[in-house]
Amino acid sequence: MGAAHGHRLHHHGHSAVHRAPAHLKILALVGFVLLVVATPREWYVAFPAYLAVVVGVVLTARVPLLWIVRRMVVEVPFLVFAALVPFVAHGPRTEVLGLSVSEPGLVAAWGLAVKATLGVMASLTLAATTEPVDVLRGLRRLHVPSLMVEIMSFMLRYLDVVTADLGRMLTAMRSRGCDPRSPRHWPALARSLGALFIRSYERGERVHLAMLSRGYTGSLPTGADQ
Amino acid sequence: MHVPDGFLDAPTSVATGVVAAAAVGVALRKARTELDDRTAPMAGLVAAFVFAAQMINFPVGAGTSGHLMGGALAAVLVGPWTGLLCVSVVLVVQALFMADGGITALGTNVVLIGVVTALVGYVVFRALQAVLPRRVATVAPSAAVAAFVSVPVAAAVFSLLFAIGGTAPVDAGRVLTAMLGWHVLIGIGEAVVTGLVVGAVVAVRPDLVRGARPLVEARELEIRTVAA
Repeated sequence: MGAAHGHRLHHHGHSAVHRAPAHLKILALVGFVLLVVATPREWYVAFPAYLAVVVGVVLTARVPLLWIVRRMVVEVPFLVFAALVPFVAHGPRTEVLGLSVSEPGLVAAWGLAVKATLGVMASLTLAATTEPVDVLRGLRRLHVPSLMVEIMSFMLRYLDVVTADLGRMLTAMRSRGCDPRSPRHWPALARSLGALFIRSYERGERVHLAMLSRGYTGSLPTGADQ
Repeated sequence: MHVPDGFLDAPTSVATGVVAAAAVGVALRKARTELDDRTAPMAGLVAAFVFAAQMINFPVGAGTSGHLMGGALAAVLVGPWTGLLCVSVVLVVQALFMADGGITALGTNVVLIGVVTALVGYVVFRALQAVLPRRVATVAPSAAVAAFVSVPVAAAVFSLLFAIGGTAPVDAGRVLTAMLGWHVLIGIGEAVVTGLVVGAVVAVRPDLVRGARPLVEARELEIRTVAA
């Protein structure tokens, strides 16, 4: 299996967390986040304890905390939404900093924000400490259908190729005075995306032919012997 | 935007996870009939394409932006089951490797963005193709309408899930109105981009567009001669 190069979210290391079997890490992640989601949001003491667990794992993995925090921007739009909840929720109103907000809404917003944050931190920890190849191997051990894992492995392997292709197209558009974001230039953008689809599809066909010429019979070697 | 952890309660998340797993299981089997042993590389590359297409943001208004969901687009381009599979794989990769969308909300996201948009989009597309004149020129507009319908339907299904297992005390009717209003706008962007992309592919390689295949196969070889 290729894709040996590190992943954007992968933080190289040799700690116990990095070395732990991937399938156990995936199970631990799902179990942990499910536990966080199932915990009633009024159990205020539980959440600092969960946070301590995540931070403890991150520190054991010797991944800088700041490295994790900086990649948590992915949840910012959701935090904005959570901040709006107290204003639109129903229930008895209360005053906070001179603003009238809903009391159950305030509790709900806390729950949304804290659970989403813990979920993102835990997911980032898995991504930071596990190579994509190992995650795929772990999924296979957890009996995720092998076709599904194969599709994921092809997607991950060609993700950088396809996104770089798109990047070059966007650069070419910009250098010709097009703004890909503006609806005025959507026709040009759509033709680029159409071309990107054709290139990706044809690349898939070539990859398949190359696989056939190397003896592919419908299923990939799993790499379990490695 | 993907649903994060803690937005829906644990029983609802587990239930949508079961539905998503069943849908993906069916799609895995059906995709084999659409792509035979090419499934793994082809679906992987199309998934990478869907991921790349989702990276392009377009302004929705009020200073915010949305991005393509791609369910209807993928369904028209590569068939409903492969399309569903590709978008689902994108969501799994985003959740596991990029922390985008919650781990426990993965089932919810697959159901909403993968299953609902791909299947609703494809059903609408097929229905339109059945009533419209059998011409290749109708493929792109049908895909656009399919994309437009698929987005608010996904928003409505989300509102339904929120009414069942939502964790915020917001009136379900209010959520539905806000979600529908917002996603009609996103749906317009999705429709325009989907229609233009399908149109661009149909113009160059109509044989690659799964939704256009019945029309392309019915075409007869035309031999045109120039009068000397």
